[in-house]
Amino acid sequence: MNPTQKLAWLIGGVALLLVVASLIGRILRSRVKDASAAAVVDNLNARVRAWWSMVAIFAAAFLLGRNATIAMFALISFFALREFLTLAPTKAGDHRAMSLAFFVIIPVQYVLIATSWYGLFSIFIPVYGFLLLPSLSALAHDTENFLERSAKIQWGVMIAIYCISYLPALLLLDIPGYAGQNPLLMFYLILVVQMSDVLQYVFGKLFGKTKIAPVVSPSKTVEGFVGGGLSATLIGAAMWWITPFTPLQSAGMALIIVLMGFMGGLVLSAVKRSLGAKDWGAMIKGHGGVMDRMDSVSFAAPIFFHATRYFFT
Amino acid sequence: MWLSYLLIGSVRALLGATPRWLGSDPGPAQRIYFANHTSHIDTIALWSALPPDLRAKTRPVAAADYWGSSALKRYIAVNGLNAVLIDRKRADPDADPLAPLYGALEHGQSLIIFPEGTRQAQRLPGPFKSGLYHLAEHFPDVELIPVYLDNLHRSLPKGTFFPVPLICTVRFGAPLPRIAGEDKSAFLERARNVVIGLAQ
Repeated sequence: MNPTQKLAWLIGGVALLLVVASLIGRILRSRVKDASAAAVVDNLNARVRAWWSMVAIFAAAFLLGRNATIAMFALISFFALREFLTLAPTKAGDHRAMSLAFFVIIPVQYVLIATSWYGLFSIFIPVYGFLLLPSLSALAHDTENFLERSAKIQWGVMIAIYCISYLPALLLLDIPGYAGQNPLLMFYLILVVQMSDVLQYVFGKLFGKTKIAPVVSPSKTVEGFVGGGLSATLIGAAMWWITPFTPLQSAGMALIIVLMGFMGGLVLSAVKRSLGAKDWGAMIKGHGGVMDRMDSVSFAAPIFFHATRYFFT
Repeated sequence: MWLSYLLIGSVRALLGATPRWLGSDPGPAQRIYFANHTSHIDTIALWSALPPDLRAKTRPVAAADYWGSSALKRYIAVNGLNAVLIDRKRADPDADPLAPLYGALEHGQSLIIFPEGTRQAQRLPGPFKSGLYHLAEHFPDVELIPVYLDNLHRSLPKGTFFPVPLICTVRFGAPLPRIAGEDKSAFLERARNVVIGLAQ
C-alpha cells in the first residue's frame, strides 16, 4: 500500500468513527428527557456534525497534495489570528503591525514551508517578526500601553501562525526509511491530539468529579484527563505502523502530544478568560471558534516536531 | 449588480460583518437605520448584514463631497451601493440638503445614515447632527432602528487605507420610540445613547 492509499483508508476509518458517533448521538437524543441533558446531547451532536465538515476539509486538502495542505493551514492561521486579535484590544497605532502579521507574515511563513526552507522557517517569526512588529507600532508614535499592545500581537502571531505552522512543517522532516510518508505523520499528530480532546471530554462527562482548574477551565477534570489521556496514548501506540516509531516509542510520542495538548487547552483558556470571553469565536458550530479547536494542536505540534526531528532524523 | 456582490463578498471574507438582531427583526417595515461612524467600510458592513431582500430597498446615505469627488468613488457609491448622495458642504445655501433623502423615503425606500456626519476615531459615537431629527419629524411612521458597528474603528481607523481583518459585528437594536413634543437636542441625545447602549 502506498502512503496515499494508506491515508485514504485512515480517513475512511475516521469517517466510520463519525458514523458511530452520529448514531450514538441520535440514540441519546431520543432517550433523554430533561432539558439540561438534552442541551448537552444537542451540543454533542452539533460537535459531531462540525467534525464531519472538518474531516471533509482535511481529507480534501490531504488528498489534493502538499501545496493544498499547506494552503489550508495558512487559512487556518488566518482565521485563528483574526479571532485572537479580535478579542485582544489594540489601538489605531497597531494597524501597520497587524497588517504585517496578516498580509506578510502568514504568506511568508507558509511559503517557507512550501519551499522547504527549514532554517528560515524556524526563526522567521521568533527573530524577524519579533523585532519588526513592535518597530512598526513604535513608528505610530503612541506609547500608551505600548508593551501590552505589542505583547498581544506577538502572542497572537506566535500561537496562530508560528505554532500552527509546525503541523504542515512535519512535511519537511527527512526521516530515514520514511521518505514520502510524512503526511501520515501529520495525520497521526492530529488524530492523537483530537482524540485526546474528545476522549477527555467524554470521560469527563461520564466520570468527571474532581476539577483540575475550575477557574481557568471548568470542564477539565482529573478523571477526564487521566481516562482520556491514557486512551489517546494507547490509540497513538496502536497507530505505530503509520509512523517511523516502534510501538513503545509511539506511545511515548503520543504521551508527549497528550500532555502538550492539555497544556495548550489550559493556557489558551486562561488567555481567553483574561480577555473576557468564553469562546474564541463562532465559526465552528458547537465548538466555538477556530482557536477553540486548534488550542491543543498549537502546543503539541512544535514539541512533537522537534522531538521527532531530534530523535529520528 | 456585480460590484455590490464584490463589495459585500470581500467585506464578509475579511470582516465577517455578522448581524445581531437585538430587539428588532429583519422585517419588511420601512426604516431609517442610524449607526456610529468610524470607517469607510461602515456602509458596506451594515448593508451586507441585511438580508438580500431588505438590502434591495435600503439605500445608504453618503456625502457628495467625498463619494462624488472622483469618477471611481461616484461609480462605487451610485452603482455599487445604490447610495443617496447629499451635499454636506451646502454649496447652495437655499437648498435643503435633506431633500434627496425625503425623496427616497417618499418612494418607500429605507435609509442608512450616520448622524455624526463624519468618522470618529473612538469606539463610542460623538454628538449627532440634526438630520436624523428632521427625517423623523417628516416621516413619523418610518421605524428608527439604532445600529452599533463593532470593531470597525480597529479594522480601518481614520487615516489608514486597507482593512485589518478583525471580526466585526453589526448590532441592530429595538426601534427608537417617538416621544410627542420632544425637542431636537433631547431627541438627538436619546438616539445617541441608544447606540451607545448597543455598544456594551
